[in-house]
Amino acid sequence: MSDQEVDQGKRGFLLVATGVVGGVAAVATAVPFAGSMFPSERAKAAGAPVEVDISKLAPGEMQIVEYRGKPVWIINRTKEMLDGIKKSDSKVSDPNSNVPQQPPYAKNEFRSIKPDIAVLEGVCTHLGCSPQYKSVDAKGDMGQDWNGGFFCPCHGSKFDFAGRVFAGSPAPINLEVPKYKFVGDAKIIIGDDTKGA
Amino acid sequence: MAALDKQPVTGAGPLNGLLTWVDARFPLIKLWEDQWGKYVAPKNFNFWYYFGSLSAFVLVLQIVTGIFLTMNYKPDAAQAFASVEYIMRDVWGGWIIRYMHSTGASAFFICVYLHMFRALLYGSYRKPRELLWIFGMLIYLCLMGEAFFGYLLPWGQMSYWGAQVIVNLFGAIPFIGPDLSEWIRGDYVVSDATLNRFFAFHVIALPLVLLGLVAAHLMALHEVGSNNPDGVEIKNQPKDPKTGLPLDGIYSHPYYSIKDTLGVVVFLIVFSVIMFFLPEMGGYFLEYNNFIPADPLKTPPHIAPVWYFTPYYSILRAIPPLFNSQFPGVLAMGAATMILFLLPWLDRSPVKSMRYKGPIFKSAVAIFVVVFLILGYLGTEPTNVWGQFGAWLGNADRATVVARICTAIYFLFFILMPWYSRIDKCKPEPARLTW
Repeated sequence: MSDQEVDQGKRGFLLVATGVVGGVAAVATAVPFAGSMFPSERAKAAGAPVEVDISKLAPGEMQIVEYRGKPVWIINRTKEMLDGIKKSDSKVSDPNSNVPQQPPYAKNEFRSIKPDIAVLEGVCTHLGCSPQYKSVDAKGDMGQDWNGGFFCPCHGSKFDFAGRVFAGSPAPINLEVPKYKFVGDAKIIIGDDTKGA
Repeated sequence: MAALDKQPVTGAGPLNGLLTWVDARFPLIKLWEDQWGKYVAPKNFNFWYYFGSLSAFVLVLQIVTGIFLTMNYKPDAAQAFASVEYIMRDVWGGWIIRYMHSTGASAFFICVYLHMFRALLYGSYRKPRELLWIFGMLIYLCLMGEAFFGYLLPWGQMSYWGAQVIVNLFGAIPFIGPDLSEWIRGDYVVSDATLNRFFAFHVIALPLVLLGLVAAHLMALHEVGSNNPDGVEIKNQPKDPKTGLPLDGIYSHPYYSIKDTLGVVVFLIVFSVIMFFLPEMGGYFLEYNNFIPADPLKTPPHIAPVWYFTPYYSILRAIPPLFNSQFPGVLAMGAATMILFLLPWLDRSPVKSMRYKGPIFKSAVAIFVVVFLILGYLGTEPTNVWGQFGAWLGNADRATVVARICTAIYFLFFILMPWYSRIDKCKPEPARLTW
């Protein structure tokens, strides 16, 4: 023991400096732990684009494929269904698709590349349930002014055949249109919209 | 070497020698006397005071049954559902262990809700017990986490879609939401990765936190002392010259050891009736849809959380979307739980116990209980359960309108409390406990 006086200032500085450096190290150590909770490489690979053959999809029919574990609907819309969409313009909350729930090439009247073929993520924008197909004839369930579309069984959100949400539904925005592209007339690739090849 | 100066342990018969040896090296007698043996409690604990010890009892039950369930359960999306059925059908005693665990989950919430209601009745959260209340609230939150993570594990339809809905709640948070929910799931949807990590949270992470919090809750309680139905501090009373205890104080042991044992016996009778004869409780304890394996491409027609979450779920549904975002509903649901933390500072009444509080506070609590139960009921039903109002109210769902009114009252109960608790006409508190 020296009889030198204790330098409180230096002691305080060392305490803070050690604390800060140690704290930074502790936070840095958290990175791999937090990072390990993101989707793994395998999960990312499983989320790769999906190719769908739609040559057998008759008018009025819907085909469901799985993309990233979510149902993606491909619907061959008839003239009657497209007319129903037009009739719904005044009843949906975002008729012009201003909320970016679709790639730019699907921001149009029918929210699709080709008017008759709709590609929609079948996941309700409220809390992620999967809405049910309700044809134009489902007026018994859905009321006399129903022009066809989708009904979410969880909390009662309603959508038209373009995936636009009806005003007053719990769901705040339209159904999402995933990225997709046509390869020829009978094939769609979901999850990929790059040109060429 | 203070330890060697300790008195030898007496009263344990042939074990005296062993306990003396241990006590010289470990604060055995001190821990026992501080935490229970010589803990002085008010003498007038009534029915409502069973639910603290019962909650602790159910915690032990859940941990023991949980350990045995993990021996046969497989946290794997391809095998989870089948492994639960395997436990039910092929494992010796598996069915009773699982039903103990599933019934225990609901029993835990019943005990904790009644325990919290007791605190509300007798002002047990008031100074100096604010931190005790906060530890209790943290236990409650932790328990909700346990229930949520655990509910995914059977990998039934309701497990799957319930988790989907709750994780998507985080997706509604502005800016970071979508990434956050992906991070929670570890995938683009609820999947095997999600199941595996929820298993880790359910069986190790949260139970560890829960046990720590329970220890803190008990230590805080035994530091400040128990409140009682009269809300009078027995520590301020003169000491009885014969016993040296406050006039209205008794030792927890043996008095409350015996009382709580009786509580456990009665609890176990009720618990057994449910476990043996009504393990599903009409779909409230185990939902029917959860007997169907999880199917990511097919949503069940009606998704409802288990009963203990339904009041908050009703609040979530009641709030309409704002600026194309359902975040306000999520926020309201969070606020509904968080506001309970503030209770010790919201109640400005001069008295603690409901016995001496005035008519305004009594009515407010009565209305609050009714509103909480209505919200709880509505959360189990679809929003069209009561039909629609006529065109004069825009054909709104009756249940939604009622849920909105109840949500408003729920929050007003807390927000207005500093005001109505102060102006209320209270009766004077007695100096001694009454009964």
